[in-house]
Amino acid sequence: MKRLWPLLLLVTVFAHAGTPRATGDLGVVVERADGSLLLVEHSHDGILARITGLGDLSHASVVFSRDERYAYVFGRDGGLSKVDLLEGRLVRRVMQSGNSIGGAISQDGRLIAVSNYTPGGVRIFDAETLELLADIPAEYGNGKRSKVVGLVDAPGQRFVFSLYDADQIWIADMRDPRRPAITRFRDIGHQPYDALITPEGRYYIAGLFGDDSMSLLDLWHPENGVRRILRGYARHDARLPVYKMPHLEGWAIAGRQAFVPAVGQHKVLVVDTDDWSLRDEIDVHGQPVFVMARPDGRHIWVNFAHPDNDTVQVIDAETRRIVKTLKPGKAVLHMEFTPRGEKLWMSVRDENRINVYDTATLTRTRELAARKPSGIFFTDRAHRTGL
Amino acid sequence: MPSPAALILSLSLLPGLLLAAPPAQRQAELRNLLYQDCGSCHGMKLTGGLGPALTRDALRGKPREFLAATVREGRAGTPMPPWKQELSDADIAWLVELLLNPEKQP
Repeated sequence: MKRLWPLLLLVTVFAHAGTPRATGDLGVVVERADGSLLLVEHSHDGILARITGLGDLSHASVVFSRDERYAYVFGRDGGLSKVDLLEGRLVRRVMQSGNSIGGAISQDGRLIAVSNYTPGGVRIFDAETLELLADIPAEYGNGKRSKVVGLVDAPGQRFVFSLYDADQIWIADMRDPRRPAITRFRDIGHQPYDALITPEGRYYIAGLFGDDSMSLLDLWHPENGVRRILRGYARHDARLPVYKMPHLEGWAIAGRQAFVPAVGQHKVLVVDTDDWSLRDEIDVHGQPVFVMARPDGRHIWVNFAHPDNDTVQVIDAETRRIVKTLKPGKAVLHMEFTPRGEKLWMSVRDENRINVYDTATLTRTRELAARKPSGIFFTDRAHRTGL
Repeated sequence: MPSPAALILSLSLLPGLLLAAPPAQRQAELRNLLYQDCGSCHGMKLTGGLGPALTRDALRGKPREFLAATVREGRAGTPMPPWKQELSDADIAWLVELLLNPEKQP
């Protein structure tokens, strides 16, 4: 017992209230208007702390270090912040661009990549110190630089991203962190607006705003180039106004089916992951924004763009029917499942509230106060490719 | 139903005069819409995102009728949608005024 004392002492230094704790059930909620983060835990559904001074957090996103201790926050104003979840405080912050949209952490956890709108490109930072290691300007001719979207990490110490203004997908091989090796794919389809990578890290799929199709890159065989899938999925319908761009985050997969939002259609598309053909279209309440599978794959939760953002629908993956329509409140922005999916947290921006649901009964079990909450991020993302 | 050209003309000639300002509660909704929902593309502080910046500096020199028409009809070939199903001409005129004169807090 005596030998344990130095260790215990060390642990209590890191623990917040003197009690040692781990981070596997922690997360953060972005309070977009105040530039703050709520530090939360989902074992008891509580709020532990508010961390302030993070700048403009509209559209902010978060990735976690592989030890699940640190959150890296990508702010709209170009700020990159590193937050210590155990100590509940901001430990480092750099202003790395004028306007950024998101980021990723490398397979080995040592690099942070940030995708920027202004100036268009990707910047690579040391995850420990936030020192700038490499700059990848998204140049596409005549000195023009594209906005960069859909940045994800991929196996092989790579980052993959899309150039919105240039209709390109780039792979950056980061095995030498100061010298990225770039592979460019041109004419991949018009206006890629976001992208995702399948959970095993093999397929990178970009959504296109300017074409009714998606672009698929097989990272096992980049030599085969980018191929278009779901061509003409909306051909038979009039295009409806899109008041908020859909997000492709993670990959809502259940069996051989993947569920993705249509653009300009009030539909969720069901894609066969064997041959990437369109298998079904599910009519839903509005323009889908997030289409997220419960971790067991049985249910798909969908939220919607303005003016239908007071509604969430739950689809049964097996029957592809809507099993429940929820009215959680005004402006549902984001949803996050607990790691094994028994609960879901939902940000309801204009109600200044987080709703917690029991995902088996589809009933609301708890409400937590938050100021204009947007993104919700739990630490189990640390071990998932592309998140 | 007046033609779009007639609407543009009326807006350009009579900015905010014939179009009565929306009631206070509607103004609060519109303000929230601008910073929160338009902000999802243009940035919550309107400094730009996937869509261009809408700060006063960025909009300097752009005619009111052009801005109103962009909100109303959207812009083809870009993600900017037409808002005419959601917003009245009076709503749009008030929003344009807020963009051009944020310090006046109309």
